[in-house]
Amino acid sequence: MNWGGWGEFFAMGGYALYVWGSYAATFALVACEIIFLNLRKRNILRHLGRAGATAQRVVAQRG
Amino acid sequence: MFRLFETAAGTRWGAEQRRINWFKYASPQAFFPLAGTLQPWFAGLAAVLCAVGIYLGFFVAPTDAQQGEAYRIIFIHVPAAWMSMFLYLVMALWAGVGLALNTRLSGMMASAIAPTGALFTFLALWTGSLWGKPMWGAWWVWDARLTSELILLFLYFGFMALQSAIDDPRRADRAGAVLALVGVVNIPIIYFSVQWWNTLHQGASVSLMRSPSMATTMFAGMIVMALAFWMYSMAAALARVRCIILERERNAEWVADPLKRLP
Repeated sequence: MNWGGWGEFFAMGGYALYVWGSYAATFALVACEIIFLNLRKRNILRHLGRAGATAQRVVAQRG
Repeated sequence: MFRLFETAAGTRWGAEQRRINWFKYASPQAFFPLAGTLQPWFAGLAAVLCAVGIYLGFFVAPTDAQQGEAYRIIFIHVPAAWMSMFLYLVMALWAGVGLALNTRLSGMMASAIAPTGALFTFLALWTGSLWGKPMWGAWWVWDARLTSELILLFLYFGFMALQSAIDDPRRADRAGAVLALVGVVNIPIIYFSVQWWNTLHQGASVSLMRSPSMATTMFAGMIVMALAFWMYSMAAALARVRCIILERERNAEWVADPLKRLP
């Protein structure tokens, strides 16, 4: 174990800004990518759902 | 004699039966459910490896004698830089296959990898900058390693911009493929820049030719994080290629009909 306590851990030997700035950016950007991927999937599925419903209506109207 | 003949024929027949038809998954329709099955496994592996890597990096690996705690940036900086180059090669490979064989899925894979590659390139530059400030006293210097990595970021952006500027996806794939293949020349420049030029950036700590010049636990943390980033890239690329397949094939019967669409 490297750290005397959580305070020491978060201080990172005086390099807190640099170390945590790196890790925070990494996790933030990865989280953003995951959110964007889920939004993209939801959008295309919603579009397909609408298009599918329209097609079904057209078929039903034709009898 | 007769038995020998029979055995030989039997073996050949068996070998042909067992041969996998790799081209089956070259069709978006066949690849879509396969990607959907594999994606959660890669995502799960990425999460587990990331947790193990962070634990090794912060709680097992010792403080560096020269750089103190600042060196702990290495556990994301080096894996991100590796992935930025590796993903570019994979992207260019798929783009090249698409250009040569005219397979639709190859172009889709290249497009699916590009944003994740750009993400890791940006992270390599960002974390490098945050490491450079306390160690070199500068956020940025125009040395060969940093400049060629910045060019890599622009290559990813150029690839994505070019593709999104062309309406016809097949033409966009071909144009992007040419750009991606020309840009491959930058990868060895990045990799060997620290040997070819006198750079402020340090030389490789890890090489295939010799044992790593760092503590075993530091090395282990870095490798585990690299594997985590690799698995994450696979998961992200597969999730994105599934979106691209649905977007591009939205008028195909197997996509448009909800009953025919596989999960």
